[in-house]
Amino acid sequence: MNRDADLGIAEMQGAAALPRDNGELVFEAPWEGRAFGVAVTLVQQGVFDWHDFQIRLVAQIERVENTGGPYAYYERWLAALERVAVDKGLITARELDERTDRYASTG
Amino acid sequence: MSDDHNAGHPDHDAGPPPHDAGHHGKPEPYPALRARALESLLVDKGLISTDAVDALVQAYEQDIGPLNGAKVVARAWVDPAYKARLLEDGTQAIADLGFEGLEGSEIVVLENGPTVQNVVVCTLCSCYPWPVLGLPPSWYKSPAYRSRVVIEPRVVLREFGLELDDDVEVRVWDSTADVRYLVLPERPAGSDRLDEPALTELVTRDSMIGVARATLPEARS
Repeated sequence: MNRDADLGIAEMQGAAALPRDNGELVFEAPWEGRAFGVAVTLVQQGVFDWHDFQIRLVAQIERVENTGGPYAYYERWLAALERVAVDKGLITARELDERTDRYASTG
Repeated sequence: MSDDHNAGHPDHDAGPPPHDAGHHGKPEPYPALRARALESLLVDKGLISTDAVDALVQAYEQDIGPLNGAKVVARAWVDPAYKARLLEDGTQAIADLGFEGLEGSEIVVLENGPTVQNVVVCTLCSCYPWPVLGLPPSWYKSPAYRSRVVIEPRVVLREFGLELDDDVEVRVWDSTADVRYLVLPERPAGSDRLDEPALTELVTRDSMIGVARATLPEARS
């Protein structure tokens, strides 16, 4: 469903085109948008500073570039978000692992 | 907004598995599952609301994009006083048109001219003037662009289809979390009779990053 809507939007031209349009969707998958939105919402609400997040994002990007791993920008974003959430004591790595495993097994 | 319940569905993961699976000695969970788990934990703890995240994502998908920057550029082209303010204090002049930053970072506007081509990059990650351009295109985030545009900007610009005369100076600006750059492209020759809304349509995202010119529609291939 979402995919159809996206294709329809992507095909809109001229005045009907969305302002994001320059031939490229903002997010390639819905989870990328969620990871983006969660990070920025936390900053807006003052839970942590942008710098706290950004230095971790830089570190994550640097790490994959040094190891030649797959770049996958929003995976790096998500990893940085996890780090800052754990470092600031918002969540523990363990509860995140457990919930991810639960989602993986229940779908 | 009940859509978000499928937001983390892993159906896009039908492709090959991530290459770093097993990097930590155990199978890597899908990023979609992990993003959903992270969001739901933060919601459970009362740190964010799903509605707030929905609203933010929707704003970036639908409202905040290069059109904001195009309006800034078109105003500068028709209003010399505005242009002077924009070049002196970009953050404030952009806020005057209603576009404000999310992170309190400064936006500096760089004017291109017949002998100067300003180009913007973020060598460390993906810093970008969100309020006026939305989120960056994938090439802006790519390791190739981030490293090469600094080393061989003319070659990279040529690959974007931008041929520059030898007397044009290329200035590459490296964005940071504190300072983001917006390029003010040259107003295209032959656009004298266009009004501000029509001029807005000439301003592309790429021209505001500095890897293209603003052109009349008939000049585009």
